[in-house]
Amino acid sequence: MAKELLKGNIAMAEAAIRAGLEGYFGYPITPQTELLEWMAERMPALGRAFLQAESEVAAINMLYGAACTGARVMTSSSSPGISLMMEGLSYIAGTEVPAVIIDVVRGGPGLGNIAPSQGDYNQIVHGGGHGDYHPIVLAPASVQEAVDLVVLAFDLAEKYRTIVFIMADGNIGQMMEPAELPPMRPIRTEYPDWAVRGAMGRERRILSSIYIDPKDEEVTNYRLLQVWNRIQAAEIRYREYFLEDADYVVIGFGTAGRIALSAVRMARAEGMRVGLLRPITLSPFPHPQIENLIPQVEGILVVEMNSGQMLEDVQKAVRGRVPVEFYGRLGGMVPFPDEILAEIRRMCREGIPPDGDPRQRWMKRFAPIIRWHD
Amino acid sequence: METTLSVQIVYQRPRSLTAVPMHYCPGCTHGIAHRLIAEVIDELGIRERTIGVAPVGCSVFAYNYFDCDFVEAAHGRAPAMATGIKRLLPDRVVFTYQGDGDLASIGMGEIIHAAGRGENITVFFINNAIYGMTSGQMAPTTLPGQKTTSSPQGRDVETMGYPLRMAELLANLDGAGYVVRRSLHDPKNIRMAKKAIRLAFETQLRGLGFAMVELLSTCSTNWGLSPLESLRWLEEHMIPYYPIGDFKVAEALQAIKV
Amino acid sequence: MQTEILIAGFGGQGVLFAGQVLAYAAMDAGCEVTWIPSYGPEMRGGTANCTVIISDEEIGSPLVLNPRGVIALNLPSLDKYEPLVKPGGVLVVNSSLVNRGSRREDIESVFIPASEIAESLGNRRLLNMVALGALVAKLPVLSLDQVKRALEDHLPERHKQFLQANLQALDAGASFALSVSRVGV
Repeated sequence: MAKELLKGNIAMAEAAIRAGLEGYFGYPITPQTELLEWMAERMPALGRAFLQAESEVAAINMLYGAACTGARVMTSSSSPGISLMMEGLSYIAGTEVPAVIIDVVRGGPGLGNIAPSQGDYNQIVHGGGHGDYHPIVLAPASVQEAVDLVVLAFDLAEKYRTIVFIMADGNIGQMMEPAELPPMRPIRTEYPDWAVRGAMGRERRILSSIYIDPKDEEVTNYRLLQVWNRIQAAEIRYREYFLEDADYVVIGFGTAGRIALSAVRMARAEGMRVGLLRPITLSPFPHPQIENLIPQVEGILVVEMNSGQMLEDVQKAVRGRVPVEFYGRLGGMVPFPDEILAEIRRMCREGIPPDGDPRQRWMKRFAPIIRWHD
Repeated sequence: METTLSVQIVYQRPRSLTAVPMHYCPGCTHGIAHRLIAEVIDELGIRERTIGVAPVGCSVFAYNYFDCDFVEAAHGRAPAMATGIKRLLPDRVVFTYQGDGDLASIGMGEIIHAAGRGENITVFFINNAIYGMTSGQMAPTTLPGQKTTSSPQGRDVETMGYPLRMAELLANLDGAGYVVRRSLHDPKNIRMAKKAIRLAFETQLRGLGFAMVELLSTCSTNWGLSPLESLRWLEEHMIPYYPIGDFKVAEALQAIKV
Repeated sequence: MQTEILIAGFGGQGVLFAGQVLAYAAMDAGCEVTWIPSYGPEMRGGTANCTVIISDEEIGSPLVLNPRGVIALNLPSLDKYEPLVKPGGVLVVNSSLVNRGSRREDIESVFIPASEIAESLGNRRLLNMVALGALVAKLPVLSLDQVKRALEDHLPERHKQFLQANLQALDAGASFALSVSRVGV
């Protein structure tokens, strides 16, 4: 199929539809509303379920019910809405039904703003809902990648009976880029053997997240961990740029990752041997890839549009063996490549202190730059 | 002379109930409600295409007792979950079974909007004026002056507000096709309740919108009364506040005789 | 090789659409391209802008501090973005709506009465295409023909009746830009 110029939000919606989406439940919130609107237009026309719920709480629980039928179902929202969905997400995780959720992250905390942000990293990657569970989290950096990852999200969700998040941000949602949509997949006619669709000619089925006897809940949690181990072993995804001969590596995901790519190219043009690792799966996190870089590099710069949430996962992978530096923008501010280039230059010329807290050092450097007053 | 003993079954477990002993307290009316619903599912022949949604509350294990597909919702979210199922499977029969804390407190948003949308689901609302599962706290339906563990001096409407009459409230919404209140405190009312349950399923089968049967029920354990005293208390105290009646019956339903 | 263009003006001046025309032309020319709007409350009547990045390799940052081409359709946009144009870059200004001249020596500035030219073509809403025509004439990233073809190929069906007028506007903007550069700015 030929490439079309597509807006991220609409591309993700259409990709889901073509992946065989049977039901969408959502609530309007900027900057993802075009996604809901596209669903409102397309889904009923295709004879599929679309419903604007009364709240994100209702939307996630509608999704939960719909997921229990074994159909391909999805919701989307932005940060404050995702906060409201955490209860339902935990139930979905505990019931082990597949569901796809798109979070077009905006600035926070609280009402925050509608600018692009990566402040939901911890909320999504490290849980959010109660109890022990691990969703798969995919972070696209372009419209084409968003399309491809939405399709992948449904396959992964069903393969592992798990939640798959697409963690995008306002930039990915609002930008237009040429992208190739997948061909329209037919709606499935066979449903999994756990799906609740009426006990026609078979024993009844019950889907629940309740294991009232802690012994049973322990078994369930252990089984969830076994599934998570399989996911960790098989599903890590990432992109590498200029790493072959790199002395320094920048690590960033999504929009921050592609902005870092511009900075890394500029640094290369100035003769600095720097590369980029862009995690595509934030969960499972590319620990093995960072492990591989340890013997090769003299320092790591983590770039995020938050206060260093992924930084902590990088530090966990590095375990102090290589010095780590951090650069972030907060609250919906987006870095320009020039800012990251300045960090790369400093890192390459002056090196990184072997110990100390990268976040504290960044705060000190950042204080004079931050626009306290307009 | 030959005598033929004819054996007649006068009472048996409905096909749609499982042969599992219920966990409900002695004297609790959940068992009656379950049985009535199961009998109606049998009579309508819809067991194999019925999907139930259990709540959080005393009936959290309702799925153990119905021999049909079931899911278990988060507290108050059963109408949303039922909506998700019904929208994906419009030709299935979807019902929720919810208590007063679940439906009228934490799940108020979900139930109002399900009714407002005319969501074609059937809701059974067990109103026993108290939180049973957490052992006797005030519910949104607790009567004025009624003592509970969280209103130990009795519900003071000045500070704790007034009980909610859910059937009356939901009947106001255009999406509601059938909204009635019945009671489970004596055989006559139980027979009336069964007819209402039947009509509530008929509402869904005919695509007439949202249907709810509010069932006044007892909670001997947390009311601190014997089962018999509980039935009397229901009749004397609850019915005056929660009158039995039909609050919304879609025109197309009025012709049905059950 | 990467070219960045920022288009800014009042909401309703066709800023976002002008950027999209450029993005379509770039896509049809086989380039990598990213179009990104400023979104949010400013969409509703305040100032709007979008950035288009055209490249022959995977595009990194969708936003740049110093774009190579800027179209400023009003005074606030001129004040904000003129200082940011990359040295050697091109600035197209809708002189119909500004009351000052250029403040940069190290860029090529084209002051074009885009609103008036649009009106002379019969529709003041064509000013975005007039300005775009001027930019394309000055910035060697896509040819005027490529942009015109993109408009023909991608203008939504419901707007097809405006196609000829839009093409004329592009031409008018381009010839104005070329004529002023002959006499020097």
